[in-house]
Amino acid sequence: MDLFLAYQSLIAFVGINGLLALSVYATLCCGQLSLANAGFMAIGAYTGALITQHARGVPFVAVLAASALLPAIIAVPLGLPVLRLRGVFLAIATIGFGEMVRLFFVNWDYTNGALGLVAIPQRTHLWTIFLALAGALYLLGRLRGSRAGYALEAIREDETAARTMGIDTTAHKLAMFVLGAAIAGVAGALEAHLTFMVAPSGYGFGRVVDMLVQAVVGGTAAFFGPVIGAAFLTVLPEVLREAGARLGFAPGPFRLFLNGAILLVVILFLPNGLVSLLRRRRAA
Amino acid sequence: MTLALQSVSRSFGGVRAVEDATFTVEKGEVHGLIGPNGAGKTTLVNLISGLLQPTQGEIALEGQRIDRLPAHRIAARGVARTYQNIRLFAGLSAAGNVVVGEHLRRRAPLWPRLLLLPSARREERAAAQTALEALARVGLRERAGTAAANLSYGEQRRVEIARALASQPRVLLLDEPTAGMNPNEARNVARLVREVAREGRAVLLIEHNVRLVMELCDRITVLNFGRVIARGGPAEVTKDPAVITAYLGEAE
Amino acid sequence: MGQQALNGVFVGSIYALFAVGYTLVFGVLDILNLAHQAVFMLAAFAALLLVADAHLPLWAAMPLAVLFAGLLGILLERLAFRPLRGRADSNISGLISSLAMGTVFEAIALQIFGPDTSRFPHGTFPDRLIRIGGASASLLQLCIIAISVVLMALLTLLLARTRLGRQIRAVAESPRAARILGVNVDRVIAAAFFISSSLGGAAGVLFALAFNSISPDVGRSVELKGLAVIILGGMGSIPGAVIAGFALGLIEVFTVAGFGSSYRDAVSFAVLFVVLLARPRGLLGQAAAREA
Repeated sequence: MDLFLAYQSLIAFVGINGLLALSVYATLCCGQLSLANAGFMAIGAYTGALITQHARGVPFVAVLAASALLPAIIAVPLGLPVLRLRGVFLAIATIGFGEMVRLFFVNWDYTNGALGLVAIPQRTHLWTIFLALAGALYLLGRLRGSRAGYALEAIREDETAARTMGIDTTAHKLAMFVLGAAIAGVAGALEAHLTFMVAPSGYGFGRVVDMLVQAVVGGTAAFFGPVIGAAFLTVLPEVLREAGARLGFAPGPFRLFLNGAILLVVILFLPNGLVSLLRRRRAA
Repeated sequence: MTLALQSVSRSFGGVRAVEDATFTVEKGEVHGLIGPNGAGKTTLVNLISGLLQPTQGEIALEGQRIDRLPAHRIAARGVARTYQNIRLFAGLSAAGNVVVGEHLRRRAPLWPRLLLLPSARREERAAAQTALEALARVGLRERAGTAAANLSYGEQRRVEIARALASQPRVLLLDEPTAGMNPNEARNVARLVREVAREGRAVLLIEHNVRLVMELCDRITVLNFGRVIARGGPAEVTKDPAVITAYLGEAE
Repeated sequence: MGQQALNGVFVGSIYALFAVGYTLVFGVLDILNLAHQAVFMLAAFAALLLVADAHLPLWAAMPLAVLFAGLLGILLERLAFRPLRGRADSNISGLISSLAMGTVFEAIALQIFGPDTSRFPHGTFPDRLIRIGGASASLLQLCIIAISVVLMALLTLLLARTRLGRQIRAVAESPRAARILGVNVDRVIAAAFFISSSLGGAAGVLFALAFNSISPDVGRSVELKGLAVIILGGMGSIPGAVIAGFALGLIEVFTVAGFGSSYRDAVSFAVLFVVLLARPRGLLGQAAAREA
């Protein structure tokens, strides 16, 4: 039990990072590299924090719903034009969006600019996080094998051929973009009500890179891969912290180094992520 | 009159790939589209299926214009196709590819599946069953579970045909369906094409195997440098001096 | 007015120099090298070490730092790009692997130098103001503009006139055709990385001198400006990147003058967005940003 308490916040972050990795997976699973999710996360976090601070009576479920809805709504007019861009250009446009969101909050006096909001009541529990994670996993898992799921796989494999099969590729990509935005928004609100604070610096480019790294390391061939990646990369630095310190590494750079090095190893030698290790063993 | 092209032209930065093409493909007909390499045959198929828009002219399906519709809407009107350079979904199984081909025929919203309703399960089983039948039709039932990337060249072509047929199209555009096949496979495809036409579908067939075209096609349109240089039954077309020059010219 | 324009040209010259290297790699490989910013940052730190700890004069430290950046580029190509060549999704996986290398570089800098801002020792560069018409500029600013322009001119000459330049252009056009013509594609790509990273490193050293501050995340902000510049200029276009770099510098300076400094960074993203949505191939670009 003590062990559990000691690692409670680590476990919480496994769940939140899992949600964030899934939000990146939502677009990645139809072949779209979108890096807008730190921006959506920020919108969700600020939305949730503001509601909690200014409308005390609102139940947490409603707060989370609003934190999912606002990013989702913003994702529609954003996604319609940018999802027409191919590969790298989509990535660049969405990096731009994320930075614009961050700058918006830096310059917004109402939320104390770069300082952000503090003293947000703690309303997130472990079970809230893992319920949300289970919900997202269920949704994405049931998507596989459905008509829409097949359409998404077709889009990932060959968008042009998918169109001539009658698949409305724009609508499908947009739906997943919106879903990713909603998941990131919920994760943002959950984190805000866990750590008591939101500040623009928490939603920079580095944050979306973390999400992407976790999703790719876990593997995007399976819907649960990103969660495995998030758990792995959240826990590993903690486990190795002692060893790192003995080698003279500070915790911050050490975590960054592990992230980068593991990502590189995975992309070079395990292109389908850690999940492919599980698969291989099962097949053997 | 199922598919009708009226003075269709398409140019790429001044180069005219297709110029003033006019022809029709009727229900139940196998219509051959032949011509030397670079004559504009694949461009025409891309125009019909909506991957390209014509710079001039009209394309109509059963009297309604389709040439300004996005590709997926054209597919929804009943136009299916295969690709000269095979475009299967490489990561999916043969059956998975055909299930994608059924996309237009399936009416399966997501919510019954999310609620674990039996109707969703039934629908999926039906889709899988149809896919197996479609694969059986091209002789690949036992390869259903194989990843498309691991199929032989000829098998991949056949899965593409099964995938196109899975939407039960009114018009089927086949871009060199027997390229790279052995004679036995090609004969089977020819038989299948005839059957498909007999079901009342319109088939536009691009093919280099002249004997196959002569055997199979009711009418033939010959393209050269983007223009229609001859049309008619197989016997007429082979005697046409313009056709002979075009082909001999290519041989030189 | 003149003063603002001068400041804009000054900032723009650094943006342009950074972006030229970015766009060179994209032109050749069709891959976005997101580690470019980390090379920029490490070169600045290398120059700092050489000046502050090895007590080298700046004129000797700068070329060494640039050479170091070029070698980092070769390392980057070997580790993060070459192994992926030929993979179906190489332009996405290449982007991700370059991100990984960038992260590793950043972690190393963070470990060695810490998160705080480091500065060059006082007197590294003589402090002198020069008046040009109604505007005044420091000698340093003018030197930075001059060095950037000279380096970009050299790159243009190299691409246009030399054998290596022709080979780089051939590979950019079609690696397959280049290989058939007897070009050693691997070597040409490595050379392109060396050049690209050297230029990025030079931009890093100049940037660090100009603002006299270096930190492990210094590349991040410049990276996003660089993206705006290569999009505006047209992906893969060197002259496009040069023009767009100066243009962004000028737009930024005048926006700050007109609306206040909080909008400085918003400008580049607004530019990026408008260009991507209205004219995805940029001013001088060839690559189609949208599916056919």
